[in-house]
Amino acid sequence: MDSKQLYQEVILDHNRKPRNYGRLEQPTHSSEGLNPLCGDHIWLHLHVKDGTIEGVAFEGQSCAICKASASMMTSMVKSKRVEDAEALVAEFRGMVTGTLDTATQPHHLGRLAVFAGVKDLPSRVKCAVLPWHTLHAALASQETASTEGDQDPLGTAGA
Amino acid sequence: MTAQALRQSDEPLAPLDIARIRADFPILTNVTPHGKRLVFLDNAASSQMPQAVIDRLVRYQTHEHANIHRGVHYLSETATRAFEEARKVVQRFLNAREDREIIFTTGTTEAINLVMHGYGRRFIGEGDEIIVTHMEHHSNIVPWQMLCEERGAVLKVAPIDDRGELIVEAYEKLFSPRTKFAAVTHVSNALGTITPIKHLIDVAHSHGVPILVDGAQAAPHLAVDVQALDCDFYCFSGHKVCGPTGSGALYGKAALLEKMQPFKGGGDMILSVTFEKTTYNTIPHKFEAGTPPIAPMIGLGAALEYLMAIGMDRIAAHEASLLEYATARFEDTPGVRIIGTASHKAAVLSFYVGEVHPHDVGTLLDEEGVAVRTGHHCAQPVMQRFRIPATARASFALYNTRDEVDALVAAVCKVRDLFA
Repeated sequence: MDSKQLYQEVILDHNRKPRNYGRLEQPTHSSEGLNPLCGDHIWLHLHVKDGTIEGVAFEGQSCAICKASASMMTSMVKSKRVEDAEALVAEFRGMVTGTLDTATQPHHLGRLAVFAGVKDLPSRVKCAVLPWHTLHAALASQETASTEGDQDPLGTAGA
Repeated sequence: MTAQALRQSDEPLAPLDIARIRADFPILTNVTPHGKRLVFLDNAASSQMPQAVIDRLVRYQTHEHANIHRGVHYLSETATRAFEEARKVVQRFLNAREDREIIFTTGTTEAINLVMHGYGRRFIGEGDEIIVTHMEHHSNIVPWQMLCEERGAVLKVAPIDDRGELIVEAYEKLFSPRTKFAAVTHVSNALGTITPIKHLIDVAHSHGVPILVDGAQAAPHLAVDVQALDCDFYCFSGHKVCGPTGSGALYGKAALLEKMQPFKGGGDMILSVTFEKTTYNTIPHKFEAGTPPIAPMIGLGAALEYLMAIGMDRIAAHEASLLEYATARFEDTPGVRIIGTASHKAAVLSFYVGEVHPHDVGTLLDEEGVAVRTGHHCAQPVMQRFRIPATARASFALYNTRDEVDALVAAVCKVRDLFA
């Protein structure tokens, strides 16, 4: 694919001005996400009350793809029910690994569909998916998420 | 030590005929999926193969292949001869005294692990100290850490400064009566720094300490003379010197190799086996258990012949000129920061574009046809030292041109402007 299709204005904008960047006063869930291959390293904090994500924030160092993905993810899951957020995690993973075709299949990803092109850049899939792994880990009360080893939810090193 | 310093004569070197050299490398005519001419600047990770090496592999596989060292039939003898001739080529390339001082390995990593197991596990014990530098590749850190953990030995790390140069006085002060081994790089893969290797070797020897030199990044770029260096071990990888992956070599002084224990047990490394006692083979075979990657080693021999026919001094001069040009172009490009500014560097240029993460740089350069490496380059301590997660790294080989440097700089400017 043409990577400029990926590095389009919405992603560059979220990279420049990430939404929900920082910490929460009293998070109920926190998780650290690490992509050791390229050094993406983020922390995700959630405030969950009665099954709803009332507050969400992230911080860390990462590439533009990871940061924009985290920024757009946090905007999307805020005020969502936990089970709806988990459904989005599954859909996002499906989109960037090529099992969900956002052009032809129903989904709830909305503007996150700008990340569809990542599936053609195998070395960057993990950058895009890391915030989602981290969200999944936080909701499952795991302290860390990694794109590698046993924690690699994609299950393949090259995915 | 630079290639220039090794030259006997002051006569200028004849410049390389780059068009002719490029014609030797078929892959350089590739057009990338983005419709761009391939600009291959990831040579420090793995360089490309000239047709002569490809042809040698095809000839071996078509007409000469059988298992080596054991057969009595003509094919086995042909393969054995080709394999042992490749060893002699490596001997010549490194100017080793004897061909039995050359042990074939699958690369630098295996060579270092061989020394760790063969020398380290035999001679290094509790409280002993091993010296490395802060700019080592993980493959010259982790084996020694493993040894330290197993034996209760201590790893000492010689620091580097903000330019990426080894702080030599600090290295000198690390030596103590407990120091039993030193393992240092000749050229840093992440920074390009050429270490003052002869001095580092002399310092180790003044303390009676044997020293291993990681030559993975030096062998492609500099003329190496292990007798002049007087190092105890020197290792490099075939696929970084225009040879096949799975090939490489360890040089070791014969007296040391003979004192060492085998690395792997198996066939070919023995003289006799009974259930009571096994007698090991002589060097180098003591360290070459099992059927080796025969074709890759023969390809390595062909690659070194190719490079030596051109002349390592001429290759070094060409690459130094490219590095100087690329450095000057980057210095004139606002927003680009070079990581590693040592006064002596090989053809490796690590850089940062504004605040753009190197992985974004790499993806966008790829779109312009420019292949660079992005990441920590298996040198995470170097990244920690410079407080960066990663760099983008352009590395040059004998077939690269100034036009390709210009393509790199133009692509870098596009990235910078996209993120502005």
